[in-house]
Amino acid sequence: MSQPSTSILSVSGLNKTYAGGFQALKDINLEINKGEIIALLGPNGAGKTTLISTICGIVKQSSGTVTVAGYDILKDYRKTRSIVGLVPQELTTDSFESVFNTVSFSRGLFGKAPDPDHVEKVLRSLSLWDKKDNMIMTLSGGMKRRVLIAKALSHEPEVLFLDEPTAGVDVELRKDMWNIVRDLKAAGVTIILTTHYIEEAEEIADRIGVINNGELILVEEKNSLMQKLGKKQLILELLNPLSGIPDELASYQLELAGDGGQLIYTFDTQGERTGITSLLDALRAAGIGFHDLNTTQSSLEEIFVNLLQESEQGKS
Amino acid sequence: MNIHGILAIYRFEMARTRRTLLQSIVAPVITTSLYFIVFGAAIGSRIQEVGGINYGAFIVPGLIMLNLLTHSISNASFGIYFPKFVGTIYEMLSAPISTIEVVLGYVGAAATKSIILGLIILLTAGFFIDLQIAHPVFMLLFIVLTAVSFSLLGFILGIWADNFEKLSVVPMLIITPLVFLGGSFYSTDMLPPFWQSVSLMNPVLYLVSGLRWSFYEIAEVDVWVSLLSIVAFMLICLGVVIAIFRTGYKLRS
Repeated sequence: MSQPSTSILSVSGLNKTYAGGFQALKDINLEINKGEIIALLGPNGAGKTTLISTICGIVKQSSGTVTVAGYDILKDYRKTRSIVGLVPQELTTDSFESVFNTVSFSRGLFGKAPDPDHVEKVLRSLSLWDKKDNMIMTLSGGMKRRVLIAKALSHEPEVLFLDEPTAGVDVELRKDMWNIVRDLKAAGVTIILTTHYIEEAEEIADRIGVINNGELILVEEKNSLMQKLGKKQLILELLNPLSGIPDELASYQLELAGDGGQLIYTFDTQGERTGITSLLDALRAAGIGFHDLNTTQSSLEEIFVNLLQESEQGKS
Repeated sequence: MNIHGILAIYRFEMARTRRTLLQSIVAPVITTSLYFIVFGAAIGSRIQEVGGINYGAFIVPGLIMLNLLTHSISNASFGIYFPKFVGTIYEMLSAPISTIEVVLGYVGAAATKSIILGLIILLTAGFFIDLQIAHPVFMLLFIVLTAVSFSLLGFILGIWADNFEKLSVVPMLIITPLVFLGGSFYSTDMLPPFWQSVSLMNPVLYLVSGLRWSFYEIAEVDVWVSLLSIVAFMLICLGVVIAIFRTGYKLRS
């Protein structure tokens, strides 16, 4: 079967309604390119884990089509599952098994012949080699998370799903995890991760998908998303505080802050003109001086919150 | 076929047995030895021969069957229930492995353990009584078919159960009484005619009878009826397992 040159995963019209009638996924359409990192953001219960679980075969889809490397996940489940790895959200491990054995078990389960050298390579890359003979129950939470990643990588997947990989781990470990994800990307693995941490998506993702109430609100390149939806602000530190916006400046989107000591101008980065030059001219003409200025751009977190609010408003 | 997947499950389950050797092998052997001491030596010496067989020897097939049934069920049910309980089942469900391959791994391991246990009990019996096996091939056939069939039943139980209590209900409240009332420790000839007829409705009677025939050529029912019963039971269990995986019952939401 032929496959598109860059797409590794294609989701089309995917719906999932649970037995109780709750619709967890609503007409999801998504194309994921080979070698990219895509972060799926969304609040609790948005449908992130259901989407991942459906693609991996854990949850049955109600309708729609999902293909991995051109193969249908239902008709060609052996092919699709053999190239997909999953790191679940929960730390679900075989407590009484050793690290080496549990990773070897995963490799066999996914149809690969025993290969102690590969298992060693995976364990070393995740700094687990010195723990290879330890029972999993003796490991810390962070180490268990690494074991789950090692299990998912044991069969050399091309696509890796990480369901909230850094949930509940400390800052240092989170940064370690980001490095692991970057290394995997460098090795050619396509990564789809869900996260609550906007900072995480901002730090490592190439593209961002936002899910809310089972709907994929948008999928966008991270940089262009931030550029398109991110507001930019010019903050002027005034020499003399103002009690209100002078009438001659009413045509500008201005607001006062810091007890009148700061003048904030919000502008559109996509606009043909930012209006900064004319604002500065107007300030000079009005005799308003300033001793410092800086610009800020809204964070992904602010964009995310705005998107969710707009999505909710659109419904009501 | 995902041979490596089957072997991975099989080896994983067998490794679990090695970790729990006391519970899996030593405990049943000690329990069986106690049966021989109490029923065979202490009480058995005061009981007349049954069907021309020494009482201690008479109960050997029943004891083997008791262990085969209970341990096949508990091994297989625990094997599949535990991943469900701790959540590691996600890996099985997302792996490129078919229903039949998963069943081969789990049921194969559970049946292997039960067969080993059955043979160890047979050896243990040899220390207490003079063993005779008239049809060793039939004996092995009955042991293997019983172990496989009841491991399949255990697998179904493990998928159905959503707590540990349900897991122990079938072996404790159904299988053990059926074995005790299925002629393991007596011949149904010893019962009044009414209870003889009732006993014929006990499926375990056919298993014990078949296995006893392979030892001493005495049986409550025709050996071929016994054999057909166990094969039919195995096919029914296999059908249920296939239906479970096709529908995702208690596995995939």
